[in-house]
Amino acid sequence: MRTEDLIKALDADARNKAMPLGLAWCLAVGVAVVVAAMVFFMTIGPRPDIMPAMHTMRFMSKFVFTLALTASAFALVRALSTPGEASRRAKLWMLAAPVLVVIAVILELLVVPEAEWGRRLVGSNMMICMSFIPLIGIGPLAIFLGMLRYGAPTRPVLAGAIAGLLAGGLAATFYAAHCFDDSPLFVATWYTIAITFLTALGALGGRLFVRW
Amino acid sequence: MTGKDEAELSRLLRAAIAGDERAYADFLHRIAALVRGFVRRKIVQGGVDPEDVVQETLLAIHVKRHTWREDAPVLPWVYAIARFKLIDAFRRRGRRIEVEIDEIAESFAEPEAETVSERDINRALDGLPPAQRSVVSSISVDGHSIGETAAKLGISETAVRVSLHRGLAAIAKRFGRQ
Repeated sequence: MRTEDLIKALDADARNKAMPLGLAWCLAVGVAVVVAAMVFFMTIGPRPDIMPAMHTMRFMSKFVFTLALTASAFALVRALSTPGEASRRAKLWMLAAPVLVVIAVILELLVVPEAEWGRRLVGSNMMICMSFIPLIGIGPLAIFLGMLRYGAPTRPVLAGAIAGLLAGGLAATFYAAHCFDDSPLFVATWYTIAITFLTALGALGGRLFVRW
Repeated sequence: MTGKDEAELSRLLRAAIAGDERAYADFLHRIAALVRGFVRRKIVQGGVDPEDVVQETLLAIHVKRHTWREDAPVLPWVYAIARFKLIDAFRRRGRRIEVEIDEIAESFAEPEAETVSERDINRALDGLPPAQRSVVSSISVDGHSIGETAAKLGISETAVRVSLHRGLAAIAKRFGRQ
């Protein structure tokens, strides 16, 4: 088939339209939030003392970290799913969440006596944390990998990893409402491990499923 | 390549997405010539046929045109797809190449050359279910319209459009897996 002939076929198919990628991403995130919320409320749910907890700095700081991660990963994964889109600024914003966590860890080490560090780091919920963040995030990750297939990422493995971070940030936001361990030492350790698992899974998914 | 090219091509693709088929044909012809110039300069050793990469890029542009933001420049989008498909073509043949984005600024439009070699797209076309294959080749190789194809095959125009759309999507998918 000559290229001229191919163009005739493409032109005849011009009227067939698909939803613009930016809009589709917004819908996908909406659906992912609903899926994550359903899993969260049907399993562990929020902690019973959530109203008084909201007046404490440590509890609220968890949402600052997870929402910073979610927002920056969303901006980057959108850029990575569009060919030729500049992503440098979005990549720099990915530093926001880790920097905030590091600052919080330093502050925590300064205000908490050394004898307390170990107990705060280990906490009481680490197994629940490491199993429920992936469990809440797995549905959203599948949705985001589907979005990468709908888009056109020229670096599928990287885009898959960022989709994993986005799913991880979203899942951690819900999980943080359940968890009693509010110390930044706990968050920096166990949340990171759980989110890293989703990130690796996303990279693998990008490698295996995102072909175009 | 100039800013005028960019503005004109963006205008054509916007019109095409809004439903103007003549603008789309014009857009695809110009893009094919630009991508051909780019790909031919990149393929210095044998093994990869430049026209295969041009066709694969055009198909990808077609099935992924919803990823273009209408307020973004169109040429970086086109060349990012062409570069991805070029690297992919080399990877499938077990080789790696580096393609610098900056070099695209020097590519010039080139016309299609007559060749007798077997195209990758023909193999992908042969792999389609018979109904899709007859519709796609009627419109492309034989140059019939949607209406003529419907009359010739004794099916509705809607059925022709559906088969064409699915056939092209399947060819685009198959390209990437070879």
